[in-house]
Amino acid sequence: MSTNNLSYNEQGGGAEPAVELGQESTPTASGSTAAAGLFSTDFKKNEDLKEMLESNKESLKLEAMKRIVGLIAKGKNASELFPAVVKNVASKNIELKKLVYVYLVRYAEEQQDLALLSISTFQRALKDPNQLIRASALRVLSSIRVPIIVPIMMLAIKEAATDLSPYVRKTAAHAIQKLYSLDPEQKEHLIEVIDKLLKDKSTLVAGSVVMAFEEVCPDRIDLIHKNYRKLCNLLVDVEEWGQVVIITMLTRYARTQFLSPWREDALFDENSEKAFYDSDVEKEKADSKPYMMDPDHRLLLRNTKPLLQSRNTAVVMAVAQLYWHLAPKQEVSIVTKSLVRLLRSHREVQYIVLQNIATMSIQRKGMFEPFLKSFYVRSTDATHIKTLKLEILTNLATEANISTILREFQTYVKSQDKQFAATTIQAIGRCATNISEITDTCLNGLVLLLSNRDETVVAECVVVIKKLLQTQPSQHSDIIKHMAKLLDNITVPMARASILWLIGEYCERVPKIAPDVLRKVAKSFTSEEDIVKLQTLNLAAKLYLTNSKQTKLLTQYILNLGKYDQNYDIRDRTRFLRQLIVPNEKSGALSKYAKRILLASKPAPVLESAFKDRDRFQLGTLSHTLNAKASGYLELSDWPTVAPDQSVRNVEVKEWAPSLGKPKATKSDDKFYSDSGEEEEQEEEASESGSSGSSSSSSEEESSSGSGGRTSCRLCCLLSPVFVPPKSHELLHRMSGKGLAVSYHFPRQPCAYSHRMVSVQLTLTNGRDQPLEDICVGEAGPPGIAIHRFATIERLQPEASITVSMGIDFNDSTQAANFQLCTKTDQFSVSIQPAVGELLMPVTMTEQDFLKEQGQLTGMNESSVTITIAPDSMSSQPVGRKVVSVANMGVVPSSQNSIHRFAAKTVSSGSLVLSSVVLQEASTAKLVVNTEKTVLGSVLLRELKTALSQG
Amino acid sequence: MIHSLFLVSTAGHIFLEKHWKSVISRSVCDYLFEAQGKASAPENVPPVIATPHHYLISVYRDRIFFVAVIQTEVPPLFVIEFLHRVAETFQDYFGECSEASIKDNVVIVYELLEEMLDNGFPLATEANILKEMIKPPTILRSVVNTITGGRELRSVFAWSVAQGSGSSNVGGTLPTGQLSNIPWRRTGVKYTNNEAYFDVVEEIDAILDKSGTVVFAEIQGVIDACVKLSGMPDLTLSFVNPRLLDDVSFHPCVRFKRWEAERVLSFIPPDGNFRLMSYHVNAQNLVAIPVYVKQNVSFFETGSSGRLDITVGPKQTMGKTIEDVVITVHMPKVVLNANLTTNQGTSTYDPVTKVLVWDIGKLNQQKVPNLKGSLSLQSGAPRPDENPTLNIDLRIQQLAISGLKVNRLNMFGEKYKPFKGVKYVTKAGKFQVRT
Repeated sequence: MSTNNLSYNEQGGGAEPAVELGQESTPTASGSTAAAGLFSTDFKKNEDLKEMLESNKESLKLEAMKRIVGLIAKGKNASELFPAVVKNVASKNIELKKLVYVYLVRYAEEQQDLALLSISTFQRALKDPNQLIRASALRVLSSIRVPIIVPIMMLAIKEAATDLSPYVRKTAAHAIQKLYSLDPEQKEHLIEVIDKLLKDKSTLVAGSVVMAFEEVCPDRIDLIHKNYRKLCNLLVDVEEWGQVVIITMLTRYARTQFLSPWREDALFDENSEKAFYDSDVEKEKADSKPYMMDPDHRLLLRNTKPLLQSRNTAVVMAVAQLYWHLAPKQEVSIVTKSLVRLLRSHREVQYIVLQNIATMSIQRKGMFEPFLKSFYVRSTDATHIKTLKLEILTNLATEANISTILREFQTYVKSQDKQFAATTIQAIGRCATNISEITDTCLNGLVLLLSNRDETVVAECVVVIKKLLQTQPSQHSDIIKHMAKLLDNITVPMARASILWLIGEYCERVPKIAPDVLRKVAKSFTSEEDIVKLQTLNLAAKLYLTNSKQTKLLTQYILNLGKYDQNYDIRDRTRFLRQLIVPNEKSGALSKYAKRILLASKPAPVLESAFKDRDRFQLGTLSHTLNAKASGYLELSDWPTVAPDQSVRNVEVKEWAPSLGKPKATKSDDKFYSDSGEEEEQEEEASESGSSGSSSSSSEEESSSGSGGRTSCRLCCLLSPVFVPPKSHELLHRMSGKGLAVSYHFPRQPCAYSHRMVSVQLTLTNGRDQPLEDICVGEAGPPGIAIHRFATIERLQPEASITVSMGIDFNDSTQAANFQLCTKTDQFSVSIQPAVGELLMPVTMTEQDFLKEQGQLTGMNESSVTITIAPDSMSSQPVGRKVVSVANMGVVPSSQNSIHRFAAKTVSSGSLVLSSVVLQEASTAKLVVNTEKTVLGSVLLRELKTALSQG
Repeated sequence: MIHSLFLVSTAGHIFLEKHWKSVISRSVCDYLFEAQGKASAPENVPPVIATPHHYLISVYRDRIFFVAVIQTEVPPLFVIEFLHRVAETFQDYFGECSEASIKDNVVIVYELLEEMLDNGFPLATEANILKEMIKPPTILRSVVNTITGGRELRSVFAWSVAQGSGSSNVGGTLPTGQLSNIPWRRTGVKYTNNEAYFDVVEEIDAILDKSGTVVFAEIQGVIDACVKLSGMPDLTLSFVNPRLLDDVSFHPCVRFKRWEAERVLSFIPPDGNFRLMSYHVNAQNLVAIPVYVKQNVSFFETGSSGRLDITVGPKQTMGKTIEDVVITVHMPKVVLNANLTTNQGTSTYDPVTKVLVWDIGKLNQQKVPNLKGSLSLQSGAPRPDENPTLNIDLRIQQLAISGLKVNRLNMFGEKYKPFKGVKYVTKAGKFQVRT
């Protein structure tokens, strides 16, 4: 802006018109004149911003950046500060850095050369140990839209796609789209990355990568096959925005891969209804049926259903459209309630939902009929909402409910919003044509409305009556007679004109009345409005042709009056009609056809819904809303006639196979670990704490949940064997602590303070009758052990208890951590003795990797023992549960039933700890522990042995 | 997906713009202004507008248009829902969502928008996560900032100093929630007083016709929660009569399977305020309408005047008092003024907006509030055809009109004893009386 201002100033007065001109074209740029006026100060401001940015003080820099962001937000040009800003890209201050990023993303495109200066900083940041920094570096690098760096971006994306942090991988998925829009030629490479990321099991990545897929290669449906079941199963746990994208994509996918569930008959209906409510009957179903739904098709329908309860309206709509396009006809109606619920939401949401309901209600009246009253219009609704509700009410009208609807319409017709009243009349017209029983009632009602004072209403009425009469030519005369009578009272010119047109059009059906009407209007001709005069002329001409005996003189009279009318339109029309109808020597061939011209039968207008053809678009899309194809709209293909190969979706890894009866625990374990387990940085691990308590309340659920509902997935993560109820240990007894009792447990939660620390939760209870003050951790030791202290508790009321967490780096040894607990008055020495199993954190790996790693950890790194195992532990569940109750290890999928494998890393040094239990004959088992940390390994072996041999 | 965002005031002033891809000229908003010119009120501007090269999807809220510019096909609800989420985030951060508050906090707004969308696709929209990354402004902090002009003291007030980067508005590490299965909850939450409050708020939507007969009535409810509990509490909320609930939607924290099977709400709550569930009460249950309204609004054929007489009284109140009763009437355009007297509360008529507001307050059995008087119309104008609709607002404390009752709230996973509270309120939703 300031450069512009500079030029204005030089031109002096000449700049003003230019500014004004600019304002006319964009009325919004109201700021520009003001800015020009304030030019000098503005300029100075930028100068001092530059100074501030170049100063040494960080606070000044930050202040400057904040002001610059303010300028950007207002849409002012701050591009000239680019060199000064870009210098700060490597700042240590995170807030400053972020603001610089904002600036860079905004202006790099304009200042490509200078922007290159910043690239090396990002390249360095891409290697940062902090995942947030890696991710944001990639975000900015991919957002600056400088074509030269495309190769660098490509490299960065490829690297980030294999990053251990799912958050960085998610960012990579976003970057794919950015790179694609910058340089579409990279498509092939990007598809490779997409393919790789589609295989990702993290719920965090799923939504973003599907988005990238939709943008870059929506036609490569083959990439989805192998991931289809995984996506279906992950769906409930994906964040809500990702859900929308995935559901939309899966809708398209399913339409190309499954057979239509719509073609079969009642036999099938019953059956699928049953299948729907009871998810386990899948297999028994349809042995002899002609159509059998693909289990994968059913999987999709079942896994999306719980999402109808989402608070996110976009998700609900996405599921609704999925059911509409994919579910057997009789199942679609389960979405109705949820859609009606959305009508309570914001106005804009209502608008979109109503549009979709309008389209649905044309094809499937029954779906929404029970909710008829939810579509009643309120006087406070916005105009477009009212119109849509009317549309739906009209679509829903049947013989049974029409009387209720008409009564409702009567109120609307009286609305203050005349446009709405007019639309209601149209709606009445449509109801009348659709349901022949009520045509007469409607017509009579409409005729009454002709006396309305509002012209829009009357005009609409006449138009509708006219349409109704044209579609029902048999009973014309009565209504026309009635309207002829009304002519005496009605003053609205539009209505009078319309009545005259009607009588003229159907003059043969009212031969007695028509000439009389003509007589009346001839008398008042001079005082009529122009449109009435024109219609009078029309009427006269038509009557002259059909009934010249009675009306010849009248017509002559009217034509004469018209000839000298003040309005040239009327004079013109008069001349034309006279030539046409009154034969004389000059009139050419045309007059022979006068009758056919004037009395040609006009086609009846069609009264149908404006939403009639909307169903060519996928519901819920922008194209559907606009009723026009939006750019980038992907057609929903028709169902294939021959079933495509089902086996393409089979995946070798067992856990996603469709055998739904499979124990859930393993499955979700894998999912959970894939989320976070492989990440080295502990801070990134999911916060699964709190799981401890839920176990008791909902353990019965685990066994019952057969399908991947939202809850079951989450619950299983929480309940999965890794998270056992915490064993609480006493740290300080009430007696020795002078009333202060402290206990601790290991929440098995990644420590927030350092990734080398084990997280410990202390519960402090005040057993005294006075409050305890200033509780804190004092001196700690021994030297090898680092402790992150909890924040000082200022006050602990009597009988109150508080839970605090601290982090302890045990250095992978079972040595106790000693420290002092201090209150305001006392000091107590305490020590925490870690159980060896708590020094681990679970990891996941494939069976092959496990064997490979195990192969490397032999010799003195391996310790083994043969144990007698309690008989109830012979199955997989108890073994797993027992092992993880002792040690925080992850379950490794095993191809043999008799071998159980567990893997973990030590918290402090990250050394791998592997353990396997091989069940043998006669209640014996071989227990093996492999780890570099031999001491730890032998202790672990001992503890596992005790745990497994107990009954 | 979302290309750019413009915030526009009702007066047509674009006071904020943000682009996630290439810059789009703000002149694209002219199409919105055009539509606004055609519409009688800002509410009537269509939410989706097609322009030659872009599509504008807008929401109008708190007197601000949030205009998203889209270039390709996208589910419109996706964008609308997101824009509302943005507005709610502003509301949450600044206490109100208004032009002034957004302008005052433009840097935070920008930082927020930067985190909420990446390349136009939502990244972090969960309030708990955002607050860990970008701290909301507090009066204290802004005071400190103005006094010291700098940042030296800020670390004292910043709420997480754990990472040593706490001395800034922006967090330096990824919020733990972002990666967990429970993205809505922060880890390491600590409170000295552990409390959980639940508000059961029910709204009656109803249309009564001239004679007072119910044309349509239904009850919608929500349970809003304010949970301030330390650690990772796992809560279970059960109802005495869950069968009443017909259609429900949940916060993502609620375990749906558990609801399906046992009709209890089991969840690990987010920290702070959130909407736990919204529900619709079974349509078979007859809705008790708490008030009756007798009204007579008429306009005379001659003399450009009219008469108004409204009486309101309690009907089915289950022994509770009805409070905050307000009747709002949108008069026809021709009504110039109203000369009214009432025996309770106050009535005002705004001749510009043509809105009559009668603020009654409490309804008691003994004295029935009444408002009557004459209306003067524009002389010469024809008599209005339609009588205006009455919109009624009311509130009944300690009553859920559907009869829904919370049975108990249990907590697992933490040792302390939380303070628990449940409150019931019934309000009028879209409650209209046709005349």
